[in-house]
Amino acid sequence: MKTETIAAIATSLSESGISIIRISGNEALEVADRMIMTKNGKKVSDFKSHTIHYAHVIDEDNIIDEVMVSFMKAPHSFTAEDTVEINCHGGVLVTKKVLQLVLRNGARLAEPGEFTKRSFLNGRIDLSKAEAIMDIIHADNEFALQIGMKQLKGSVSKMVSSIREKIIYEIAYIESALDDPEHISLDGYSEKLEKNIDAIIDDLVKMESSAENGKIIKQGINTVIVGKPNAGKSSFLNFLLGEEKAIVTDIAGTTRDALEDFVKINDITFHIFDTAGIRKTEDVVEKMGVKKALDYSKDADLLLYIIDSSVPLDDNDNDIMKITAGKKMIVLLNKSDLEPVLEIDEIEKKLLEYFHKKEDIRFLKISAKEKAGMDEFVKIVKEMFFNGEIKLQDEVMITSMRQKENISDAIASLRLVTESIKMSMPEDFLTIDLMSAYESLGKIIGEEIEEDLVNEIFSKFCMGK
Amino acid sequence: MSRIREKVDICVVGAGHAGCEAALACARMGLNTVIFTVSVDSIALMPCNPNIGGSSKGHLVRELDALGGEMGKNIDKTFIQSKMLNVSKGPAVHSLRAQADKADYTREMRKVLENQDNLTIKQAEVTQLLTIEDLLHMDEQNEVESYERDLSNLKIAGVKIYTGAVYEAKAVILCTGTYLKARCLCGEAITQTGPNGLQAATYLTDSLKSLGIEIRRFKTGTPARMDKRSIDFSKMEEQLGDKKVVPFSFSTNPEDVQIEQVPCYLTYTNEKTHEIIRQNLNRSPLFAGVIEGTGPRYCPSIEDKVVKFADKERHQVFIEPEGLHTNEMYVGGMSSSLPEDVQLAMYRTVPGLENCKIVRNAYAIEYDCINPIQLYPTLEFKNISGLFSGGQFNGSSGYEEAAAQGLIAGINAALFVKGEEQIIIDRSQGYIGVLIDDLVTKETFEPYRMMTSRAEYRLLLRQDNADLRLREIGYKVGLISKEQYDKLLLKKEQIEKEIIRLKNTSVGANKKTQDFLEMHKSSSLKTGSNLAELLCRPEMNYDLLQELDEKRESLPDDVIEQVEIEIKYEGYIKRQISQVNQYKRMEKKGIPSDINYDEIKSLRIEAVQKLKQFRPVNVGQASRISGVSPADVSVLLVYLEHFKQ
Repeated sequence: MKTETIAAIATSLSESGISIIRISGNEALEVADRMIMTKNGKKVSDFKSHTIHYAHVIDEDNIIDEVMVSFMKAPHSFTAEDTVEINCHGGVLVTKKVLQLVLRNGARLAEPGEFTKRSFLNGRIDLSKAEAIMDIIHADNEFALQIGMKQLKGSVSKMVSSIREKIIYEIAYIESALDDPEHISLDGYSEKLEKNIDAIIDDLVKMESSAENGKIIKQGINTVIVGKPNAGKSSFLNFLLGEEKAIVTDIAGTTRDALEDFVKINDITFHIFDTAGIRKTEDVVEKMGVKKALDYSKDADLLLYIIDSSVPLDDNDNDIMKITAGKKMIVLLNKSDLEPVLEIDEIEKKLLEYFHKKEDIRFLKISAKEKAGMDEFVKIVKEMFFNGEIKLQDEVMITSMRQKENISDAIASLRLVTESIKMSMPEDFLTIDLMSAYESLGKIIGEEIEEDLVNEIFSKFCMGK
Repeated sequence: MSRIREKVDICVVGAGHAGCEAALACARMGLNTVIFTVSVDSIALMPCNPNIGGSSKGHLVRELDALGGEMGKNIDKTFIQSKMLNVSKGPAVHSLRAQADKADYTREMRKVLENQDNLTIKQAEVTQLLTIEDLLHMDEQNEVESYERDLSNLKIAGVKIYTGAVYEAKAVILCTGTYLKARCLCGEAITQTGPNGLQAATYLTDSLKSLGIEIRRFKTGTPARMDKRSIDFSKMEEQLGDKKVVPFSFSTNPEDVQIEQVPCYLTYTNEKTHEIIRQNLNRSPLFAGVIEGTGPRYCPSIEDKVVKFADKERHQVFIEPEGLHTNEMYVGGMSSSLPEDVQLAMYRTVPGLENCKIVRNAYAIEYDCINPIQLYPTLEFKNISGLFSGGQFNGSSGYEEAAAQGLIAGINAALFVKGEEQIIIDRSQGYIGVLIDDLVTKETFEPYRMMTSRAEYRLLLRQDNADLRLREIGYKVGLISKEQYDKLLLKKEQIEKEIIRLKNTSVGANKKTQDFLEMHKSSSLKTGSNLAELLCRPEMNYDLLQELDEKRESLPDDVIEQVEIEIKYEGYIKRQISQVNQYKRMEKKGIPSDINYDEIKSLRIEAVQKLKQFRPVNVGQASRISGVSPADVSVLLVYLEHFKQ
């Protein structure tokens, strides 16, 4: 029997230690082969069963993580299916990245308890284990229920519900016309539907990208501090962290490597990377630091560009501005207690010249030494990321990946609908993918379909003789 | 003086669409069967609309026919107009609907029953069900002395009729339709009668209750019938049947149904109609709260429509003949329980009906029925061994829904008596399966009507392939002859071979092909292809491709139809098949009837209650019960594995 290949992080997510991602199912090897390779070019499918290997996780030629990979051939695995386990060492973020890659390569995110369920269904678990596992499943169930309840109140669920309402309306319209063709006509309906679906897709795409918000709330805003050497980056970091993490000196180029830390200010978590000063330099060590700064900037949610307002802009600033275009940025004018030679207007003009978007830039004058401007800083961040307010939801991390996947599924289904319309498929085929989209979204808020459709048909459309 | 006491194999209570199918199936499967009806003249009566079929209902009739039922054959003999609905849509939702000559329909079905071997028709009201224990407590006068009944272990043993006569039987099938404690309402005028003024069955309900059966009260309604001579058809749109009629039955020769057809007519209500209704709502038993029963939402009365869809300016009204030899016309779309005077005023606002004369008033009818979750998917009562039921008694509505259940109840009662394994049509095999599974698994609180949206695998459950899906089952139980079955096998083989042949017949990208494609506005080939791939193109069909298909042998139309559908929609069909495979896995995991849910400690309380109430026969069914979560299902699976050991 062919079953879907599933994957999940099999260990609990914590900052320390090893995390294991388990992939199980007929296509476990294929999925793994698409993203894992050993140094000497071996693929997972070349591994002998029950061996463990050092390998790289690769995403489009980029090495994401160095891992240990083991393979267990069916039926000699926990689930009695082909199973690949990836041992990641890189902490939460990297593990999640690897999992996302696994999902992109063809596996589906496992439901709570699904490995166990498969294990059981495939006859791997004996009774004594089964008894214990039943309790776990039960606990999962309660847990999932609690999450469901919390999210029902959230704004995500409101949006999902309203989109689902729109979709079920369309399905119900088609279905009532199919059930009662003499009362309800579908003439010219497809064009209208296509427009409506396009609008729904737009909304979902927006949601999909804002699913990142959920991530940000829990994992923190990936914040990279950039600026010329000695502009005060490290002292600003310390100002945020409240401790002497980076070495603050007056010698330009002291910060050699990126410093990484989590800091929570007024409910906002920042995942901060302080980088070496971006500056044209001959120093090899410092060059590496600059390269890192560039790398980190790429993945940043927010750049903090620290400028010493008492020093005029120069080529180094041009470089920084060039490589950071397209990012959200707060320009922090430091040392405002000294005689300023730079004004906000000038910096803004320059940034716009380098194709920064006006709405993505904010300015703030601070003094790290005197701790001025902190409140204002937090306010700006809130405006930029949370429309002025932050709703903390603890469950977001657990479910955000699932949510995002469901939203992506819904989008894919809806695109199939518009494709079918373009191919002028009969209307009854359209409801198949509409229903899939409806179901995918339903998983986010934990709603069952059951009688939804029939109720919708009867309440919205007058049918029957 | 002692009372009559007879012994038969099976008693069928009621001779409506469910009862007829049930009784015929039992008799044809070789069992001595008696069918009871309050009036022999009302066998297979159509007390409401004069149609058989319609969207998804047409599917039911085709499936019933494939299994060896009678409805399809009977409507083929007695229709006066026929249409394939939804032809502009996909093949899965094409559905047949025919106008019946009601009197003919009844007469022809009665003829079939009367001439069926092993079947006896008896005009009598059944008043009591008898269990084996009852028989032990019965005196010479057929009176059962009162005793303490053990409701946990009941076995059916027969029925008693109003005269006091007893028919002992190994199985009983209840198909009482809308007759149990029936009450008809036409405004303030209320009568204790069944449909069409027929005698209601007033005693049986109490007998059912005493056996622990949960009774519900449902309601339905029917519009007025009018004198054709009083209607001005020139103000209405004429609606004709199909030029080429497709028969319902797979056994009917298509040439036999190409008859002269009669038209129906379409007109509309208007603001005036709605105004009259609104002004008189206080006199409607429905809105005044006189009606206790729950009505069907899909078949609302006109007053319901006006209230619920207040912004709709007009509603359609279909004027349909009740038969060739009557002037009565059915007024589809305007059922009502308003008083007679309001009805007349309301109908007369409709264009064409200004001078109408009403032959029979519209009325609402209330009746007792059961909560069908008391049944197994075989339609046998969970609490009473040997007792089966079908039709409106089970909380459904519609002739076709009734007939389909009647057939399954009949087949299973017969298999029960023979001591053979009973059949269950599952949701992936037919609309009949969806219908019965919904009834026995989902709690519905209104008369259940079949709808195409209820069938999740409808791409596979087409009316055109009902024979391919179900004939084999009909053959195995003995309702389909060897000859018919062999025909089916041949058809299957021809379809498979032809699909393979088309896939293997390559088409070169040569001039002949490109010219052909250009002529039919189809994009040209870049590389070689095959006939199946070309057939997938929306603008192509099997007939057209003849030109590129020199070695083609001529095949019957129904084979070509299947080949075309299978190839054109292959992608979608494959997707549904893989869904079905997933579904079947859970459906195969049986739950023993003596399972003790209280013993399973990890089940949630709600799930335990629901499972105890429904007593599902397999894990698939359990998973469809509302209140049973996926985690509960996992727990159940684990427990069942334990049970096996």
